[in-house]
Amino acid sequence: MSERPVVAVVVFPGSNDDRDAAWALGAVGAEPVLVWHEDDELPPETGAVVLPGGFSYGDYLRCGAIASLAPAMDAVRRFAAAGGPVLGICNGFQILCEARLLPGVLRPNRELEFVCRDATVRVANADTLFMRRCEEGQELVVPVKHGEGAWYADEGQFVQLAARGQIVLRYAEDVNGSLGNVAGVVNEAGNVMGLMPHPEHAVDPLLGSADGGLLLAAFVDAAAEHLLAVA
Amino acid sequence: MRATVLVRPKQGILDPQGEAVQGSLRKLGFDVSRVRVGRVLDVELAADGAEEARAQVERMCVELLANPLIESFEIQLEAE
Repeated sequence: MSERPVVAVVVFPGSNDDRDAAWALGAVGAEPVLVWHEDDELPPETGAVVLPGGFSYGDYLRCGAIASLAPAMDAVRRFAAAGGPVLGICNGFQILCEARLLPGVLRPNRELEFVCRDATVRVANADTLFMRRCEEGQELVVPVKHGEGAWYADEGQFVQLAARGQIVLRYAEDVNGSLGNVAGVVNEAGNVMGLMPHPEHAVDPLLGSADGGLLLAAFVDAAAEHLLAVA
Repeated sequence: MRATVLVRPKQGILDPQGEAVQGSLRKLGFDVSRVRVGRVLDVELAADGAEEARAQVERMCVELLANPLIESFEIQLEAE
């Protein structure tokens, strides 16, 4: 295993934050590798997978619905089932929900307005693979830019997810009409996370905030641990 | 076989698009109290009879055409 764990970034037609994600992952110690959506295998020695932001397949049908059936997603499903860490950012979060790897769905923002600004999010559960470099209640400044980011689940599911600690990030204020101000969730096993804010745009203080680096660095740690576990 | 699938936001699910359309219709002077926006899919498929066609289209809806969390669907079949 090389010192830098390989993190696969899946590129769909219409992805537009794939290179930013790769750059940011490199900045926090990963070896990013772009993977085309038609590939049905991940690169050997993949330690983690990122589904990046963008507008895959032009948001046809529902955001993320078409991408959730891409050949690369078969490989991502197998990887996630084997315990591999998977992070979906923005459109990647939408894809993971449509693929039913994460609970809930992302709906049009309540005010139908495309929100594009820095958002403050609060860590709701630091005891997860992705948030362990943070403390519970810690506030992070991370940009959001989306038109369909209002997370929704039915009441029973929402209560259950909150009780299990699967809601890991909440906006400090109402940003888009998300149920419970949810900004990010994990699956029950804790190895798949999705969030609407863009940690890859917040890894350098020169650009306003480096808070996203906390999440990405923890994710890269998880990639290295996964490679050790399967070695 | 031809099927028409109507996908609608489920009862009780907020539909901001419908609200925006309602607001515009009111601006045009129509006394509209509610609008919901869904979508229509016309599907042509090969199937042995109506029953099998309906079963297939139902599976299409569950697996892709509708998101059961937030959308309901209705299938209309039409023999050629």
